[in-house]
Amino acid sequence: MRLRLILSETFGGLRRNATMAASVVLVTFVSMLFVGSALLAQQQVTLIEEDIASQVEVDVYLCGEVDTTLVANCAGGGVTDEQESVITDVLENGVVSDYVVDIVRVSREEFYALLLDHDTIGVIASSSAEDFGPVLRIQLTDPSYFAYIEDAVGGLDGVADVTDQADAFAALFAVLRVLTIGSIALAAVMLLTAVLLITTTIRLSALSRRRETTIMRMVGASTFVIQLPFMLEGAIAAVLGALLAVVVIYAGVVMVVEEWMRDLVTWVDYISAPDVLMIAPWILLAAVLLAALTSFATLRRYTRA
Amino acid sequence: MITIDRVSKTYAAGHQPALDDVSIQIDRGDFVFLVGSSGSGKSTLLKLMLREERPSRGDVFVAGRHVNKIPNWRVPGLRRDIGAVFQDFRLLPGKTVFDNVAFALEVIGKRRHDINTSVPEILELVGLEGKERRYPHELSGGEQQRVAVARAFVNRPPILLCDEPTGNLDPVTSVGIMRLLDRINKTGTTVVMATHDDEIVNQMRKRVIELRGGELIRDQVDGTYVREADE
Repeated sequence: MRLRLILSETFGGLRRNATMAASVVLVTFVSMLFVGSALLAQQQVTLIEEDIASQVEVDVYLCGEVDTTLVANCAGGGVTDEQESVITDVLENGVVSDYVVDIVRVSREEFYALLLDHDTIGVIASSSAEDFGPVLRIQLTDPSYFAYIEDAVGGLDGVADVTDQADAFAALFAVLRVLTIGSIALAAVMLLTAVLLITTTIRLSALSRRRETTIMRMVGASTFVIQLPFMLEGAIAAVLGALLAVVVIYAGVVMVVEEWMRDLVTWVDYISAPDVLMIAPWILLAAVLLAALTSFATLRRYTRA
Repeated sequence: MITIDRVSKTYAAGHQPALDDVSIQIDRGDFVFLVGSSGSGKSTLLKLMLREERPSRGDVFVAGRHVNKIPNWRVPGLRRDIGAVFQDFRLLPGKTVFDNVAFALEVIGKRRHDINTSVPEILELVGLEGKERRYPHELSGGEQQRVAVARAFVNRPPILLCDEPTGNLDPVTSVGIMRLLDRINKTGTTVVMATHDDEIVNQMRKRVIELRGGELIRDQVDGTYVREADE
């Protein structure tokens, strides 16, 4: 009996305050759009980081003629076969061998060709392959083990330099993290906006139905029965807004990420539509809690016993 | 049924109290007029009985409950034992006569079958049979007040509190409402009515409790009331 009354009051309230309900739907939609996007952005950044981390390698540059006067380890001239075999032995059989997945040797000719490809001012063209040493390109089980490799071979004769490719991506990761934090901050502001608007809406709704709630109080209705229709009104509007947000995020991921970015930049993994479905229940739950808690806090004051 | 024990009520510090050390005993089945000019404390007394307000000092007991001590969650239970009628009727304009009365039962969880039985009975008691489908704006003032009385009494509470129920009605219609309240009182219901309508008080010859400036100045069986000149 009371369920019918509560539902009738709830939907009656939504009908009478359609404009206010629409504003709650829209503000929840926008705030949940930001919350969902922030969550997905976070996931995307993690994917890119893991993807790049699995691909980056450590480069061990062996001495060439050009390094002789610049690097102490290269004082004896270009790397000899013996020096290279000691270096390779440390990597393949030494204490760091457990961290090494694969070693690819780039010969000085191949390395020179690579440098030539990227030389736009002609400085490389004026030198020869003999000026450069070969490069050992090492893939590690975990990129964070770079320091162990540097310690193990950095001081050996014939090693000009040891570099971590991950350093080249540090700036990219920093930018991505800033963007993620920015989207989370924006989502927080939108949530605050939603709380304020829902508070105002519920307050106006309660004031416009003061006659009903006064009568309900006078005839002995419980506070729960008086407040529940208002809370349900807020929750229904918020759920509609959240559903709208999920639909738009889903469409956005399908159209922008799956059908456009995936073909545009092919070297990273992307979030996909199922990821949206994974966060959808959380977005809906957040919207319901947002509306219900805000309503509860507001109604304590405006529909007192 | 109702005990007001040395009750004082001050709304704001430094102001004159709305009620000052008032004690009243009202028994089951009594019909009591609370009289006095505006600001004498009549409405405050009714609000204390309904737990709309709490006393600054003293104790209020209604229908076996220590009203100023019960927790908030027990207030709805208290109010189901009290019917309340107001000067401004307080009807819901979008609901029919039947629905206005049924609303009082719906919100306390009565079953539809009980509502369909109780509402026509009470509408017949207040003389509104045949007008169930009318809306408040289609009724006269007297009929609207009868709907309000029906709504207050449909749950058969042992106490009926009426705050100036004839204040918006002409003398002839007021008599009709008073007859209705008298009939309800004869079913054993305690009726407490705040009014400053001396004609009605003098016609009914019931117990009269007079307040002035928040103090009880008279409690008289079969009493009369003479309004002050400035009212």
